[in-house]
Amino acid sequence: MAREKIMEVRDLSISFKTTSGILNAIRGVDMDLYRGETVAIVGESGSGKSVTAKAMMGILASNAIVNSGSVKFTYDNKGVSKTVDILKMKKSDIRREINGQHIAMVFQDPMTSLDPTMTIGKQITESMIWHYKTPKKEAEEKAIELLSLVGITEPEKRIKNYPHQLSGGMRQRVVIAIAMACDPDLLICDEPTTALDVTIQARILELIKDIQYKKNISVIYITHDLGVVAKVADYVDVMYAGKLVEKGTIDEIFYEPHHPYTWGLLSAMPDLDTRDERLYTIPGSPPNMMKPIPGDAFAPRNQYALNIDNRLDPPMFKLTDTHYAATWLLDERAPKFDMPPEIAARIARMKKEENHDDQ
Amino acid sequence: MTTNEPLLKVENLKQYFRINRKYTVKAVNGVSFEIYPGETYGLVGESGSGKTTIGRSIIRLYDPTAGKITFDGMDISGKMDKPTFQKLHCNMQMIFQDPMASLNPRKKVEQIIAQGIDINKMYSSPAQRKEMVVKMLEEVGLDPDHATRYPHQFSGGQRQRIGIARALIMNPKLVIADECISALDVSIQAQVVNLMKDIQDKTHCAYLFIAHDLSMVKYISDRIGVLHLGHMVETGSREEIFDNPIHPYTKSLLSAIPSPNPRMEKRRKYMTYDYYESGIDYEAGTEHNVGGTHMVLATDEEFEKWTK
Ligand SMILES: Nc1ncnc2c1ncn2[C@@H]1O[C@H](COP(=O)(O)OP(=O)(O)OP(=O)(O)O)[C@@H](O)[C@H]1O
Ligand SMILES: Nc1ncnc2c1ncn2[C@@H]1O[C@H](COP(=O)(O)OP(=O)(O)OP(=O)(O)O)[C@@H](O)[C@H]1O
Ligand SMILES: [Mg+2]
Ligand SMILES: [Mg+2]
Repeated sequence: MAREKIMEVRDLSISFKTTSGILNAIRGVDMDLYRGETVAIVGESGSGKSVTAKAMMGILASNAIVNSGSVKFTYDNKGVSKTVDILKMKKSDIRREINGQHIAMVFQDPMTSLDPTMTIGKQITESMIWHYKTPKKEAEEKAIELLSLVGITEPEKRIKNYPHQLSGGMRQRVVIAIAMACDPDLLICDEPTTALDVTIQARILELIKDIQYKKNISVIYITHDLGVVAKVADYVDVMYAGKLVEKGTIDEIFYEPHHPYTWGLLSAMPDLDTRDERLYTIPGSPPNMMKPIPGDAFAPRNQYALNIDNRLDPPMFKLTDTHYAATWLLDERAPKFDMPPEIAARIARMKKEENHDDQ
Repeated sequence: MTTNEPLLKVENLKQYFRINRKYTVKAVNGVSFEIYPGETYGLVGESGSGKTTIGRSIIRLYDPTAGKITFDGMDISGKMDKPTFQKLHCNMQMIFQDPMASLNPRKKVEQIIAQGIDINKMYSSPAQRKEMVVKMLEEVGLDPDHATRYPHQFSGGQRQRIGIARALIMNPKLVIADECISALDVSIQAQVVNLMKDIQDKTHCAYLFIAHDLSMVKYISDRIGVLHLGHMVETGSREEIFDNPIHPYTKSLLSAIPSPNPRMEKRRKYMTYDYYESGIDYEAGTEHNVGGTHMVLATDEEFEKWTK
């Protein structure tokens, strides 16, 4: 079956005005998303994951400047397929036509998207009533059902609670329920399960998968939890300092990573056998995004950096039809090298685990 | 194990919230544990089990419904006199779960981080104050430039680190860290955990580390408490809990730890545990010793069944 593209981001570049100058948060991002598929965006804190997602929803902060790019979104408008550029739309049109109904987002910080003065029941039913004119009674029943689906016990009592009366993880699940209330085509989840324990996390991920399967919706997960990525993603986009540095299928990224930053990311996650006194961290810190970055932004932290990295930003090199990485190490003129032994050992361990599991 | 006095002693703590006439949430329902100077106590448990509430009761953002809390030799469970309150304020700090809700949006980062040292006059000159703030920013992996920005101008992970800096700058004896690394990416997580360990080595402070990420809890904690529905169902050293979990809830929790291995993860099935269908009654259980410091909440029959 042909894949049906629903979102196409091209050459996206976004800066912010701040008191100490202009901060270049997104520096040329291309991204594609197809119907029914799941993409995970991973990357260091501050690399631009949330800003990218907000651009996709047309809800950038007021001090944001879009330097270039387009965000084309294709959706079904009363039976006719329609493509719009979110970045060119009026805020009020986005709110009326797109957000909630076609694209819904679960925000990283649940308190910022909940209204402290309104009961959670009201907050879940509000958008159903607004977008679909669902009768109040029916909307309320659906709200109760959604709350119980996200694992909140005694939902009929809970709908009368205000956000501050809920635990952190409950709030996060309420936000998920709000996002699902209007059956969107695209669900963007920004760190949706960070406040959840593993059992509830597993349940929420199963639930989203389930809905995805039934309604054929697309999901973007923004997460630093590689365990979550491993569980849900078909494709992975790795971001560093406002750019995509590697993209591929889940297997390509986990078992055949090619970018030194991806190596670092995979090395830094503790597996349960981590016995070392200290956890591995990628040396150095991310670049200051207020200053121009000559060459490859990751070069100063990259022990495999070549001379050219300090001068010229690498293009995306193609490895397979689905796998790309932006590192000069893949240039044919680059010296031959092997991936670091720790990461090779870790991949070997994962593969062995898997065989072991098969027996 | 240390033989000295515990830094924090919580005995039979109860914290109820009355929602209306017919509905009271028993968020914490008779919890006891101790934390010794310089150790890290990991508190884990399902969402809504009462972890944050325990933290907030200990640091006295709530008035406990019942129970006794002793900190550094002082009884802090009832009304406190001024010196006790001030000592509590300096020596116990909390890093909050919801960073945006706990940072004043109208204050610059510098003022936020320096708040505690300002109130308690912990420096001798403005230059020293600045130096302390800058050093703290660097330690949590932020830029000195960030001092003049407002909280909403940061990414989620950066915001969380502001909260960490604000707590650690006080050099407290006990830090209640509520999900303080869960919003951070793995590399920064590792950096912050290493930092917390370094500070502990230097100042011998203790941590109450609230988290749901068991691989991190295993890595950082000396002892662990497993909380479920307001009850402490199992406690013990890290080895006791991870190598020999007894309570069915603990077992289900350990079985659900995601592994960063896609091919395995996609076919994984979890052990499930449903209290209401399990036939277990937490109110009927008492603490049973499994061996060493390992305790589990159970009735005699349950204990027999689980340990055989
Ligand atoms: N409104 C704003 N004003 C100024 N700077 C901003 C604003 N919003 C975001 N930034 C900056 O843009 C960069 C990217 O932020 P973003 O929130 O996308 O990071 P992220 O990848 O989601 O990180 P995290 O994993 O910590 O959530 C950061 O350096 C952040 O400080
Ligand atoms: N101020 C409050 N008013 C009323 N109920 C509250 C209040 N604070 C917490 N609760 C309730 O107490 C219970 C325990 O909440 P708590 O925040 O301690 O959970 P938690 O273990 O920290 O969960 P999470 O992992 O989701 O953060 C929940 O049922 C919650 O709804
Ligand atoms: Mg973010
Ligand atoms: Mg909590």
